[in-house]
Formats: sequence, structure tokens, C-alpha cells
Amino acid sequence: MFRTALKSLLGRKVRLLMSTFAIVLGVAFVVGTLVFSDTLSRSFTALMASTVGDVVVRPAGSSGDTEPTARTVDASLVDRLEGVEGAARVDGNVTAFGVFVIDEDNKVVGGQGPPAIGGNWNDAPAGHDLEGLAIIGGRAPEKAGEVLLDSSTAGEAGYTIGEEVHLVSSGDQAVLRPTLVGIAGFPEGGSLNGATFAAFDTRTAQRLLLDGKDAFTDIWVTAEPGTSQGELADAVAQRLPDGVEAVTGDEAADEAASAIQEAVGFLTTFLLIFAGISLVVGGFLIVNTFSILVAQRSRELALLRALGASKRQVTRSVLVEAFVLGAIGSTIGLGLGILLAMGIRTLFGQFGLDLSGQSLIIGPRTVLAAYAVGIIVTMAAAWLPAHRTGRIAPIQAMRDDVAMPEASLHRRLVIGVAMILAGGGALAAGLMDAVPRPGWFVGGGILFILLGVAAASPVISHPFLAGAAWVYARMFGTVGRLAGQNSLRNPRRTTATSSALMIGLSLACTMAIVGASAKASVDETIEKNFVGDYVVSSLFGQPFSPQIARDMAKVDGVDHVWAQRFAITGSGPDGQGVAALDPAAFEQGLDLDMVAGDSADLRDGTVILDEEYADEEGLSVGDTYDVDLADGPRGLEVVGVYAENPILIFPAVTTPQTLIDAGYRDADNFLIVDTTGSSAVQADLEALVAELPIVTVKDQQEFAEEQRGPIDQLVLMIFALLGLALLIAVLGIVNTLALSIIERTREVGLLRAIGVSRPQLRRMVTLESVVIAVLGAVLGVVMGIGFGVALMHSLRDEGLEVIDVPVGQLVMFLVVSLVIGVLAALLPARRAARLDVLGAISTE
Amino acid sequence: MTTTGDRPVAARVRHLTKTYGSGDAMVRALDDVSLDLVEGEFTAIMGPSGSGKSTLMHCCAALDTATSGEVWIGDRELSGLKDKELTRLRRDEVGFVFQSFNLVPTLTAEENILLPQSIARRKPDREWYDSVIATVGIGDRLGHRPNQLSGGQQQRVAVARALAGRPRIVFADEPTGNLDSQSGAEVLDLLRRSAADHGQTIVMVTHDPVAASYTDRVVFLADGRIVDELRHPDRDKVLEVMARMSAPAEV
Repeated sequence: MFRTALKSLLGRKVRLLMSTFAIVLGVAFVVGTLVFSDTLSRSFTALMASTVGDVVVRPAGSSGDTEPTARTVDASLVDRLEGVEGAARVDGNVTAFGVFVIDEDNKVVGGQGPPAIGGNWNDAPAGHDLEGLAIIGGRAPEKAGEVLLDSSTAGEAGYTIGEEVHLVSSGDQAVLRPTLVGIAGFPEGGSLNGATFAAFDTRTAQRLLLDGKDAFTDIWVTAEPGTSQGELADAVAQRLPDGVEAVTGDEAADEAASAIQEAVGFLTTFLLIFAGISLVVGGFLIVNTFSILVAQRSRELALLRALGASKRQVTRSVLVEAFVLGAIGSTIGLGLGILLAMGIRTLFGQFGLDLSGQSLIIGPRTVLAAYAVGIIVTMAAAWLPAHRTGRIAPIQAMRDDVAMPEASLHRRLVIGVAMILAGGGALAAGLMDAVPRPGWFVGGGILFILLGVAAASPVISHPFLAGAAWVYARMFGTVGRLAGQNSLRNPRRTTATSSALMIGLSLACTMAIVGASAKASVDETIEKNFVGDYVVSSLFGQPFSPQIARDMAKVDGVDHVWAQRFAITGSGPDGQGVAALDPAAFEQGLDLDMVAGDSADLRDGTVILDEEYADEEGLSVGDTYDVDLADGPRGLEVVGVYAENPILIFPAVTTPQTLIDAGYRDADNFLIVDTTGSSAVQADLEALVAELPIVTVKDQQEFAEEQRGPIDQLVLMIFALLGLALLIAVLGIVNTLALSIIERTREVGLLRAIGVSRPQLRRMVTLESVVIAVLGAVLGVVMGIGFGVALMHSLRDEGLEVIDVPVGQLVMFLVVSLVIGVLAALLPARRAARLDVLGAISTE
Repeated sequence: MTTTGDRPVAARVRHLTKTYGSGDAMVRALDDVSLDLVEGEFTAIMGPSGSGKSTLMHCCAALDTATSGEVWIGDRELSGLKDKELTRLRRDEVGFVFQSFNLVPTLTAEENILLPQSIARRKPDREWYDSVIATVGIGDRLGHRPNQLSGGQQQRVAVARALAGRPRIVFADEPTGNLDSQSGAEVLDLLRRSAADHGQTIVMVTHDPVAASYTDRVVFLADGRIVDELRHPDRDKVLEVMARMSAPAEV
């Protein structure tokens, strides 16, 4: 039987390859994602290992997941640790983020995600005697006005030793112009993964980055040969004052690497979701292809039964085909996935995450996943058609027309409706947050509804198909009638084919609605609540020097400058942010719409909260807001609750001094400029930040545009990925039509014999294709509107109050589906028209 | 109109040769065949399997092209016509009845009958259509799909379709091959009456002597050549010719 299965597979290779395409794409996504995330992880693990000493001494409670804060350990600790048993040397480090290198065209180098690091230079070896960054040109910085850069940053910015370097820091002194004296690199290979590094001598680093304190961000203790990291850490810990801890380098590196991986983990999830979508869509294609192929071979299979093959053997022969197909698809997918991972790596390089120093990691897990996913999906999809072949009676070999036994449509309707109801329930529960892990419920609910609709589709689509047939007969005469009837003759096949398109389009529609609504909400809230005349913000919310606010306040025509700063905190399960604002702003006219309490009551150690956030946390005026600040947990008294305001980026607002006391740096993130109304002000403000390319001045409209930008980008990215699902769907239509035409060879021959011309035949196939595509689009758009509106409705409480259904875009989807239908029909139609009339008539 | 004697010719072939393959493997399906098909006549083409009878019909009906020689339908010579013209010719000048699978399964009987005309976007001649339906005797089954009709009914619908467009010539390929004798007799009677009462030219390929006995003329083919011809045949005369034809092979 195995040989028979294999032979029949070879006889149909082109058709099968088309249906394999979906498997290939799905597997490629899975592989690409896994390879990329393994590579990313290895790369960061390697990088982190070279950025920790054997033992790291740091303020207690600080770990890798927050950026360096102004919390430090005293410099005297270095001397105190010198004599510890097993310590070869002790070095103090100064490290801060937000020290940007600006190239000669006034552009920021790197910095879009990977940090822009500033610090002091020392030549302490990394843990386990790893050689980390080492000077590969010039010398170490020795005094103020000298700087060292990492080689890739220096190269990208075009700076050579001896030149003046343009730096922007978030410290007190916003613009620095030191001379480049040295270049550091990894002599043994490796990279900073796109981070930039600018190093000064210790004294200068402390002055620039630690507000002049004689202190260090952390201290590295290097072990003598023969002393383990753990022993040394224990010895060091005994000499430490309260509030300072010692951890081994291995621990610190793991912490830091896993924190970064968690931050990019969303990407892995995101890509795997699309792998899932393309596999589900691909599954439909395979079910359909196998159903048709099995139907076409029913006579052959009946003959096998007549010759004595058991039911099980016949079924198994189909499953063997599926297995081989899945294995082939997985292999191609594996190769394509590796190319995809390379593509993702290049793409991330464009965004600044440079992984070129790390070769791709293709782990056994990846290979295993590729084959498991590809083969399991293919075999699962082929199971139903295979199972059906077992029910072919041997006697059917002797008959002229073999009708495949089919489950009744009634049963499919019942199953479909049950799935839709279950999915709807799960979706509703997820949207109402009534269950743990609502995201899973929402995703699973949507999947169930889609599969349910696909199952019930042969029944529920009948009115549409009948209507289309009627319209076709009116518009296109006999050719139209034939096309319409063809789409009705096997509703399972028609609807299964259109289901693939339906899934892709429903998700695209959902995204279109979510995107449009989110943008409309942003516009509306900005419209309602914009205060002041200009906002000054920085790229990626990076902090910048408080000097800017002071300078801007002096510009002619500026009434007030209200500075806002942010602190990322560890409150709640996901972490949260706290903003800070000088309470003086409220007296100067920064008008918040207060729901309870009074913004004027804001003092150090108190907080005002966003209305929805307060509701969620169950807090009201007088309660204590618990938050994990850099130096540990704090309780801040709630003195007011305000209505949502886009100017306040985080839902809790305290005073700047509260944050400084808690160990955050004295730097601003966002300025609101209130003017007397003079229009020349913007140019003056911009002149002040001309040397700071990370900082921009925007009026209301520009601010709104900036806020909409990321939404557009995200939606575009999702559309691009869904485009692949649509491509699979198109191939599905091509495949089904091609197979249908083979099945109807004699009918096509008859039509040609009695005088149907080639163009008429082509039109007939195209019309059938368009029905399939438009059916998928209509179902997809209807469900997409449902999902989108439901989703937005549930987000109402989170400030997305506007539900915007982008009608133009949805109409465009329908038009696109029409075009898809026409394009998908090109090859099958050509094939039908080319059929040799005589051969077609005499085909058995 | 081309004529032989006093009766016009609906179709004729001249020196028609059709070969397959080349060299030693070359097979002559038709070898220099010339034949006139007179208007209003019901002609049967008979011969053993492989004699070339189907090939001859396919060439006459613009379904196949010959290697050399001429085929005329009315005043038109077929060689050199493009697919588009051949299609139009089949649609407007030729009617077909095949052995099986004559009807489009998605269309009703009536839609099938009118299919060639509706493809041409031509209004059917109502009077003629009614008389065809009356002749064929399926007036009560017009709204049914092919799978709701018996084999005999399906073939009668196919005959009705062939006649409905008033083609110059109707080709029937073993039209009774799949029918029981009763249904077969009905279909053959229908074809004979169409020729006799309406002057419809009909050419039928068959190997059944009974079917051949319904016709005006039987042309016998063997090894790609016309070897004999009978006028006003009956079953016995046909069997006699067939016996004579197969005799050399039995020696």
C-alpha cells in the first residue's frame, strides 16, 4: 500500500505542491521566529556575559530590568573591598542611559531600542576572565573633554581619533563636544547589538552622569584564579553596608539577558500568532485538496477495496500521502524559515538592533518544531477526507459515477453553530475580563467563531451563492448561469475555499477598525485636552537635560514651561509608570479636569491619579497608592483624581522631588510650553534644541500626528503579515478551481463541442472564482466588523471611546477580493480553455 | 449550394487522410476517404472497432482535424479555420448527440436544450422549439435536472438540443450505446422522424445493425477506407455486409 500511495503522490505533484505552499509558509514562520529568537537570546547572553564582572556590587533591589538610576554606591566602598580575600582587583563603574552620539549630519546614531550608554572607562576583565570591550585604537580617556567610543558607533557616525564628537546627554549639561581619543571593540568578535557606548574618565563620568557625586553605579570585583564567583560574592557581602548587595556575574548576566528577552518577547508571540493563522488557513486548503483528490480517485480506491484492501489500508494510504506531503512541506519551510530569520535580522538591523555579530542559531528544537507542525497539521487536515475514503464500497468500482459519501449538511450546521456559540461565549468572557488570561479567550474565541462559520458555511452561504447565481444569470446570460450553478453544485468545496480568504480578511478588517478607532480616539482626546501651545518631547521618551526647560522659559513670548518626567516603576503585575509635574504648574494655569480632590494639593510624597486607573485600582482621595520605586516600595497619598488627559502620559502624577528622592535622575521627558500667543515662538524654541536632534518641538497638530504614527505603523505591519494569509487563500482558490476543472473535463469538452467559445469558458471560470472570493470577503468583512466593534467596545473603559468603522477601507477590501478572484482564475481558466475538445469528450 | 444530382449536399469530405505517429509506428485512421452527405438524409457509419468511423465523424463535425484532404460543411471548407470559427461553426451549423454525458448537470432539461442558442445570445424560434419538444415527447420533464431523468429521457433531451438550433447537420455518436432496447428504439425513431418529417440531415456512428436499420443509408468503413454502402438497409442486409467484411479475417 505504501508504494501505491507514493506513486499516486508522484502522479499529482504539481497540484499537491500548491497545497503544500500553505504548510511551507506556516512552517517558515515558525522556523523563522524560533531561529531569530534563539539567535537573539544567544547574542544577548553573550553580550551580557561580557558586561558583568565576577561579582557585581550594586544598590540593593536594583536589577537588570530597570535602567540605571541615580542610585549609587559610595566610591569609598572600592577601597574597602580591595582587601577582600580572593579579590584580584576592584573597579567602580559609572553607567547611564541616554548619552546619544550625534553624527555630522545632526542625526542620532542607533538608539531606537538598544540603549545609548554613557559611562566611565576601565579595563577590568568581565566575569570568568572574559575579554569584553577592549581598546583597539588610541587610548583611554584621561581628563575632561576626552571620550572613547565603541568601534561600530564611531564608524557609523564617521568620527576618527582626534576629531570633536557631538554628544547629547540627559545630564545637566545637554550638549557635549569632547575629543575622540580612543576606540573600543571586541577583539574576539561580538557586538553591542546596536547599543552605543561613550566612555569618559571616571571623574568626568561622575560629573556628567551622576550629578558630580563621588560614587559608582556598581562595582566589579574580579576573582583571583581559583576563587569561584560564589565564594567571592559571599566574602564581599560580609563587608557591605546596608542597602548594598553583591551578586555573582552569572546571576547578573542572566537577569539582564532575560529582562531584555522579555522586552522583545512580544515579537516572538506576534510572529507565532501569524504562523498559527497561516497554518489554520493552510489547513483548510489541505482539507479541500485532499477531499477533491480523494473524490477524483474514488473509483481507483474502490477498485483497491474490490481487490481486497481493507478499509484501514485505504485510509492509511491517504494518510501516508499526507505524511509525505507534510514532510516535504516542512523541509521546504525549514529552509525558507532560515531565510526569513535572516530577513528579520536585517530588518532589525535597520531599526538599530544589530545582531550581525552573531551567526544564526538553528537548534534541534527548531527542526523538531518544523517537522512536528508541518506533518501534524497536514495529517490532521487529511484525516477527514482519508476517513471518508474508508466508507467507499468496493462495488462502486464498477459504477460509472461514484459519489463520495458525505456527512450531511445538517450536521455541519449544528457543529458550526455550536462552535460559533462557544467561540462567542469565550470571546465575550475574554472581552469582559471575566476570566484569567483574557487574551487567550479572545484569541481562542475568534478562532472558534471563524472555524464555526467555516463549518456552517455551506448552509449559511447558500442565500449568498444563490443570489450571486441569480445576478450572474441576469448580467452574463448563459455563461453567468453556468458559473453560478457551478459555485452551487458543491457548496462544501466553494465555501471551504472561500473560508481561507474569510479568515485573512476578517482579521484584516478587525485590525482596520481597531486602528482607525484608536487613531480617532487619539485625535479626540488631544482635541479635548491639549493644554499649552507646544509640547517638547524626545525620541523614544528619552530623558533630556532640565536645562532645556530653563532655557525655554526665558524665550520671548513664553509664559510658562511645565516639565514632566517619567519613572518606570514596578507596581502591579506588569509594571507601570509614574509621571512627575511641578505643582506650581497648576497655579500657573495648567488646567486639569479634576474629578475628585484638588490638583493644588499635590505635594512631595503625594500623587494624583487618572480616573480610570483609580477605578481599576479601587483608589480614591485619601487612600495610599503603593508603588515600587527605584529604592523600593513606597506609599504615596492620593490627593486627587483627574479625567483622562493625553498630556499626562502615565496615569499617576507625583512631584519631581519625590522621584529624585527615590533615586531617579534629575532629567525631563516632556515639556509643555504655554505662550502669550506670539507665532514666532516655535522657531525660537526649535533654535534652542537645534543641537539636540533627539528633542523636538511640536504644536497640537504635529503632536497628534506623532501619536497616530505608531498606530499606523503597527496596522501596516499586521496588514503585511495578513497579506501572506491572503496569498495562501488565493492559491487555495487557484487549486480548487484547477482541480474542479480536471474533475469536469468532460463537461468542459461538451460545452466546447456544442459551441462555447474559449473566451466564454474563461469568463465562466473567472465568474466562479469571483463568487468564491467575494463570498470569502463578505463573510470576512462582516465578521471583521463584528470582532472589531466588539473589541473596541470592550476597550471603551481604557480610553478608546470612539468606534470608527473605516467604510472606505472595507469597501476596498471587497474590491480587492474581486481582483483576487479574477487573478486566481487566470491559470485555471486558461487551462480550461486550452483543453482539447476531443480528448475532453472521450475522457473516462 | 453544392449539389449531387438534384439533391443538395449538407457536408462532404474529399480525400480525407488522418494518420497518427510516424515511420514504422504510423497508423492510418483514415485513408483517402471521400463521401457526400445529402441533405435530409439519415446516414449511418458502421465498421469494426478501429475502422476509423469515429475519427471520420469527428473530422466532419469540426472536432478533429485531418492530416490531409478537405471537409466541407455547406459552402465552407474547414481546413485553415481558427478555433474561434470552428467553435462558431459547431454552435450554429452542427448538432451533437454523444453516447453519454450529453447534458450539463447543473442545468435543467430546457436550459440544456436551449444552451447553444443562449450561448449565441439568440432568441429561440418558439414555434420550432415547441414542435421539437412535441416530437421528442419530454414536455413534462423540462424543468428537471439531468440526474432526475432516465437514460432514455436524457438522450431524447440531447436530441432535442441537437435539433433545436436547426443545424445544417446533426452528428450522433453511438446515441443508443448506453440505453436499453426500448429507450434505444424511441431515440432512433425520433432521429428517423426528424430526418423524414423535417428534412434534418443526420449522421450516426454505430456498430449496432438494428440501429443502422433505422437509417436511409449505411456507409461501411474498414481500416480507414469506405468498403461498402447500403441504401434503405434492414437488419439482415447490414448483418450480411458485416459478415462479408469480417470474412477475410476469419480465413
